[in-house]
Amino acid sequence: METLFFLIISLVAIVSAILVITCKNPINSALALIMTFFCLATYYVMLDAPFMAAVQVMVYAGAIMVLMVFTIMLLNVRVDASKKHSHKLIFGTIVGFFTLINIVVVLVKSRAALPTGPYTGDMIKNIGHTELIGREIFTNFLLPFEITSILLLVAIVGAVILAKKKI
Amino acid sequence: MGIEILGLPMMYYIAMVAKVLLAFVFVLLTVAYATYAERKIIGHMQVRLGPMRTGWHGLLQPIADGLKLFFKEEIIPSQASTFAFLVAPLIALIPAFITFAVIPFGGVIEVAGYKIPLQIAAYYDTTAGQVFDVNVGVLYILAMSSLGVYGIVLAGWASNSKYSLMGGLRASAQMISYELAAGLSIIAVFMLSGTLSLTKIVELQSGMGGFEWYLFKQPLAAFMFFICSLAEINRTPFDLPEAETELVSGFCTEYSSMKYAMFFMAEYANMVTVCALTVTLFLGGWNGPLTNAMPLLGPVYFVAKVYFLMFVCMWIRATLPRYRYDQLMHLGWKVFIPVALVNIVVTGIIGYFL
Repeated sequence: METLFFLIISLVAIVSAILVITCKNPINSALALIMTFFCLATYYVMLDAPFMAAVQVMVYAGAIMVLMVFTIMLLNVRVDASKKHSHKLIFGTIVGFFTLINIVVVLVKSRAALPTGPYTGDMIKNIGHTELIGREIFTNFLLPFEITSILLLVAIVGAVILAKKKI
Repeated sequence: MGIEILGLPMMYYIAMVAKVLLAFVFVLLTVAYATYAERKIIGHMQVRLGPMRTGWHGLLQPIADGLKLFFKEEIIPSQASTFAFLVAPLIALIPAFITFAVIPFGGVIEVAGYKIPLQIAAYYDTTAGQVFDVNVGVLYILAMSSLGVYGIVLAGWASNSKYSLMGGLRASAQMISYELAAGLSIIAVFMLSGTLSLTKIVELQSGMGGFEWYLFKQPLAAFMFFICSLAEINRTPFDLPEAETELVSGFCTEYSSMKYAMFFMAEYANMVTVCALTVTLFLGGWNGPLTNAMPLLGPVYFVAKVYFLMFVCMWIRATLPRYRYDQLMHLGWKVFIPVALVNIVVTGIIGYFL
């Protein structure tokens, strides 16, 4: 049952990922990308990580993609895209090929598929995924968390300075 | 009850389907009659009668409206982006309905020896002896409501009309700003509850005959959340995206027939959801007198509280004029977000010393 569900979701994810790069209208591409993010969120749910799923939808599908859609709408990108650039195609193919090899090597050689560490499905169910993540972030990973927040603060200040030159 | 499908008893599936149907029909009926109630209530508040002709005191008005919209001509503007134009109403409508899945509308009832929690996305685990629900319930609602923005943005853009685009842009800017403020204001509630699961939040508010409600512990958060939610679902006094006087009808100017009806339904369904969420977070959910003795009273209290809040929404609409755009942004970014942050800090300090 779960495998069947996984396969259906995967099919949707792959089809929408292909649509992202084949759609002529950029808004439709953006919609397809949102669909892909949504499928990823479904995977997180299936991996007993509901908090990640909610954050995935909120941040990626909800916030970042809204900005992208805004940009596309305001720049008013025309549907009839210009001529195809062949060098983009060649480099794209090369990069894609090496990425594929990379993924295959990682999946075959390493134990990426096996769950390791103390966090099992039962533990997540009993304690709660949100609690576990929160505890880890504010104890073991406090320094990276603080550094990330400083990075975000810098980005916010930068955005304000770019937008309002006369302060 | 001996039959098992995929390791779960037959009653599990029956209960699930029954709960989904019940909640869906409830929201649909409420949406239909909320339009009628709104016209009637605002009418009486403005010393008019409201709809009177269709049926006794206009009671059949929603059905007549539905039929009218259903049989209207479907117009797709020739310059519109067809795909986005067609999916936009669906994207607006679906999140409005599926948010109801995690809202608990009653306690645990027992049917034929099988315990059923009255919340769609929840089940009673007999071995653990407790209810398991989506333990990120509130985040799920916030995530879904952030998807609702797309319906409006796309509708505005795909119509290929200036009024629609303006309406769509205003709507999305407004929804994104107020989503932040709404999210920040309920963090104070989670600091008290220590959980994101809506079932547990309701349980925590059950004691002291209603004085454990988070409304009394977090009055500022409750007030801010309700106002921000009104802004997020584009209700008056924040209904700038569909300001008739300046933007014709905002993002739905070019829509007709059932697609227009879908936007309309989405707006009212959002209103039901927001009121239900406010009831769950701040007004004790389905709690009330005698719910332990008679679990079926839970849904009654819940519906009564939701309807009261919906009445308040309509009351606000009849009373207040519309905000100006700069006032709206000022209120969201410079008043609500700082106050919500201060509220979080104060809650933290008080929580540390108690």
